[in-house]
Amino acid sequence: MLEIFDIYLLEAVINGILLGGVLALLALGLNLIFGVIDVTWICYAELVMIGMYGMYYMVQYFGMSYYAAAPIAILLVAALGALLHFLVIAPLLDAAPINQLLATGGVLFVLQSFATVAFGIDFRNLGIRLPILAMGDMHFSYSRLLAFGAALVGMIAVYIFMTRTFTGTAIRAISQDRQIMALMGVDTKKIYIYTSALGGALAGLAACLLVLQYDVHPFVGLSFGPITFLICVLGGLGNFVGGFVAAFLFAEIISLGGLFSDLEWGYVLAFAFFILMMFIRPAGLLARRS
Amino acid sequence: MLELKSVDAGYGSFHALFGVSLDVKAGEAVGVIGPNGAGKTTLMRVISGLIRPTKGSIAMQGTDVLKTPAHKIVELGIAHVPENRRLFPRLTVEDNLKMGAFMPAARAKFAQRLEFVFDLFPRMKERRNQMAGTMSGGEQQMCAIGRALMSDPKLLLLDEPSAGLAPVVVQQVFELVKRIRSGGLTVLIVEQNVQQVLQVVDRAYLLEAGSIRASGSAEAMLKDDSIRQAYLGV
Repeated sequence: MLEIFDIYLLEAVINGILLGGVLALLALGLNLIFGVIDVTWICYAELVMIGMYGMYYMVQYFGMSYYAAAPIAILLVAALGALLHFLVIAPLLDAAPINQLLATGGVLFVLQSFATVAFGIDFRNLGIRLPILAMGDMHFSYSRLLAFGAALVGMIAVYIFMTRTFTGTAIRAISQDRQIMALMGVDTKKIYIYTSALGGALAGLAACLLVLQYDVHPFVGLSFGPITFLICVLGGLGNFVGGFVAAFLFAEIISLGGLFSDLEWGYVLAFAFFILMMFIRPAGLLARRS
Repeated sequence: MLELKSVDAGYGSFHALFGVSLDVKAGEAVGVIGPNGAGKTTLMRVISGLIRPTKGSIAMQGTDVLKTPAHKIVELGIAHVPENRRLFPRLTVEDNLKMGAFMPAARAKFAQRLEFVFDLFPRMKERRNQMAGTMSGGEQQMCAIGRALMSDPKLLLLDEPSAGLAPVVVQQVFELVKRIRSGGLTVLIVEQNVQQVLQVVDRAYLLEAGSIRASGSAEAMLKDDSIRQAYLGV
């Protein structure tokens, strides 16, 4: 009896890690935008939703293979991110934060309504069933393993870009002192567009991975949006490492909480943990000491 | 090399500069001295494009600086070491230097420029992987000057390089300015530390309440009675 329970526990821990990878990817995208541009994209998960629809139509309607469609979906959402910055954020850069928040909140509803009108409210499925991997008595879905692996590769690629390239270094620098960037010969407007496209590309990658596990519908963003936002706040908004740690912490709470009862209880525990932590460490887990 | 003609500038309704005319010739070191709030930092910011004048003209080797976008001014050969250094505190020393070489022409010879700056400041080489914000004030000033030199400028703007540094370190900073000069670089330096700055520059301007009140060779300025009384305390 105990042995079987141990196996379930181990399975839940590993599934938590797998879930954490995708959540960390989402949190990285949102943190990137917040850390660099100082704006919160409330509509971040809706970009993921659009990317999932993109994948659905490319695979189901145009008969493209999953691996051919994925790069296109990533580019599509990257372009959408750049467009969001250009049309909505750039004109509001000097506006009060509440106005920026309301504007991206407005985009959330626009995208949801657009998806409802354009795609209908049906739940759509990619129609790809990946096998289940059996390891001893444990079972892991191949789609989760793929999602974890790809999320990890995506995050490592971002890390290399941010640390090795001039543009990546400028993205990190801009969040520390944006007034003097012109003295470095940096066009901040351009860097903001690049950053928004990168944030969009991460949402696009997440869309490619999530569409393997979840059906697409206009409100699917609600399944990832709030939790991504909470992870970012828990890790300290704009803090990349904090977001990474918080994503795995959250994922484990959800996964282990789900083990003891329903998966929904896992979410309840995670949110309760969040509220508790907001009392203990309101500035985030890895808050910088001032 | 650099020529300002009757430049007016300010922040909103606050006027900081009134009809400032000034020129710097190639190979010269020129100082701008004056009390706190005289508009010295504004003058620097106007030259590097951080703020735009309301009147007047600025030319760098014949190019109209006012028609050049702020982030392209560094490509004209103007590098600005801002007041209070303004390093990126949570970037390593090397990444700070990398930012100084962001423009395409400097990027192409990044390795060469890095070697040049490391030769000039061996301390920066030792600390290349340290966060810039964790260094001492003097080291941060070296890093800030190094960052500006990464773009291989023709004209170096130094805004109060001695501010907030211990006297011994101030001495080192001015020694350094001398060394940079001897390499052929043109320097425009703004300072409150009048005694020291007049030792390293060829000429100087006195800026008071936003206007140029006097100008002349460094020796003449050192001997001028009103300057001695107001700024040298003798």
